[in-house]
Amino acid sequence: MSTQYLRPSSLRHRETHYCPGCGHGILHRIVSEVIDELDIRRTTAAVAPVGCAVVAYNYWNFDCSEAAHGRALAVATGIKRVSPDLCVFTYQGDGDLASIGLAETVHAANRGERLTCIFVNNACYGMTGGQMAPTSLIGQKTATTPCGRTPDTGEGWPLKISDLLAQLPGVCFVARCALSSPKEIQDTARQIKTAFQHQLDKRGFSLVEVLSPCPTIWQKNPVEAMAWIDTEMKKVFPPGILKTP
Amino acid sequence: MSGNEAIGEGAIRADCTLYAGYPITPQNELTAFMARRMKESGRSFLQAESELAAINMVFGAAAAGARAMTSSSSPGISLKQEGISYLAGCELPAVVVNVMRGGPGLGNIASSQADYFQATRGGGHGDYFTPVLAPWSVEEAAQHTMQAFDLADFYRTPVLVLADAIIGQMMEAVELPEASRFSRPLPKKTWALSGAQGRRPNIIKSFFLEEGGLERHNEHLREKWEKLREKEQQSAYYGPETARILLIAYGSQARIAKEAVDLLTKEGMRIGLFRPVSLCPFPDHALKKHAKEKKMVLVVEQSLGQMVEDVRRVIRDTPVLFFGKTGGGIPSSQDIVSHLKKVLEK
Ligand SMILES: Cc1ncc(C[n+]2csc(CCOP(=O)(O)OP(=O)(O)O)c2C)c(N)n1
Ligand code: SF4
Repeated sequence: MSTQYLRPSSLRHRETHYCPGCGHGILHRIVSEVIDELDIRRTTAAVAPVGCAVVAYNYWNFDCSEAAHGRALAVATGIKRVSPDLCVFTYQGDGDLASIGLAETVHAANRGERLTCIFVNNACYGMTGGQMAPTSLIGQKTATTPCGRTPDTGEGWPLKISDLLAQLPGVCFVARCALSSPKEIQDTARQIKTAFQHQLDKRGFSLVEVLSPCPTIWQKNPVEAMAWIDTEMKKVFPPGILKTP
Repeated sequence: MSGNEAIGEGAIRADCTLYAGYPITPQNELTAFMARRMKESGRSFLQAESELAAINMVFGAAAAGARAMTSSSSPGISLKQEGISYLAGCELPAVVVNVMRGGPGLGNIASSQADYFQATRGGGHGDYFTPVLAPWSVEEAAQHTMQAFDLADFYRTPVLVLADAIIGQMMEAVELPEASRFSRPLPKKTWALSGAQGRRPNIIKSFFLEEGGLERHNEHLREKWEKLREKEQQSAYYGPETARILLIAYGSQARIAKEAVDLLTKEGMRIGLFRPVSLCPFPDHALKKHAKEKKMVLVVEQSLGQMVEDVRRVIRDTPVLFFGKTGGGIPSSQDIVSHLKKVLEK
């Protein structure tokens, strides 16, 4: 018996523009594999964010729309309401989802929209050059917190948006995963598949938060970046299933 | 019915399948009407968390190939501008209704025509225009809404219906066509998100990073706009062909100006009213024709003077004067008559 590593048919054969060691490429592949496994490529519509993954539609091989920064879940709501048979998901960074788009996020979840949200938490704004995100850790140095994020000086605390969303009755499933080891990558795939399955079963809003490396902004090499997820990020954002039906 | 309800009824008859709105006076009757009628007819009604969300829900529905509409009043329309720019950039058909009130800022809830610039100059960021229709009656409010859906689908563009609080709140008897009277066949929405079944994936985007990409896209939008500008100018004229004085007004103000025309005609003045129906594209051709051999042109608006700039762009060899009130003040027919007499005496 031989093991073959094939490209999922939901992923195009294209080189991505992501930095070496970036989590987006891994996560694009995971999402594509899950869509293949569920055999929903031809009935899926995705909404790409404004952020580093803005051109995710160039890599995925299914229908996709852009959305203005932060508005992905409002756009997804519009698609799903008029096309309830499509599997609709958003793919959003922490700035997109938890800062500028916070209202759209909370309200789509609170309406119990039958949508799936893949939430990429890299603790920073990647695309605009590494500013503080709502999820940046205390003490984390960013372009806009040069002394490290300090709650005492009004820079706030890391926002645990998944924990907040898990409280809402319209939300059926929330999991937090990481991309920092092969085992956890496999677990991320499992959680994303579960989240999609809940949408297909018309259960409500599902979300998977993924702790994802951004070596460029963190100024670490790819291996150090993975280690930083394990040693620092997980302390604030512990992986696990936060809510399940 | 009221103008607000007529807009809703027009949308229902035009097969609008998703409506998203956020409460704001003076268009709340429209949102309430849609809540009832959309649900009754098994369509999607959403009370959005904000105008930002509402316009983006419309964006999503339009991307999926459905007819969708949102409505608001001036401050809410300002919030929607980012979304309107995205709709224009992505070439998505949608209808946006503005029942104008006073501004700037929170302004007041009285009728106003102060969003003319915003509506006719794109309004959001980037190089684009959106067609704008301005109803002057309850019946026309419904007709314009139906027509807006057809224009939107035909040209793949957001279309604005620019009403004002007077039109929105006014009650009139109406006779409405069952279905649209648009005579041209509408293109199939082969670009819509419907699942990549038996075709390559469809992508809805306004983002062009590659060298020259956005320039080509915007040139394409310009070509489309130039066709639209030539084909879709609409206007109406009231009065004798021999008029020497020309009043120009749109929307509710045109009704008041018509009364002024009647009063002055009785006094023996040769006067007519030109009413732009499409504000964008502005009816340049018809206005040029009607402006010929006039002694004077008077533009009347419920603003400090916005449409008058378009009139002055078109009419260059006849004096174009302006009369308007701002902040909820409405020029009455008597105001127009006395103003006109005063300037004619000079
Ligand atoms: C309305 C608006 N404001 C700001 C921006 C600029 N902008 C682009 S991406 C981005 C932040 C992206 O950060 P995040 O969502 O965390 O995604 P990442 O790049 O880290 O993947 C910002 C602020 C924009 N495009 N639109
Ligand atoms: S900046 Fe960070 S998130 Fe963006 S592509 Fe580079 S590594 Fe990935």
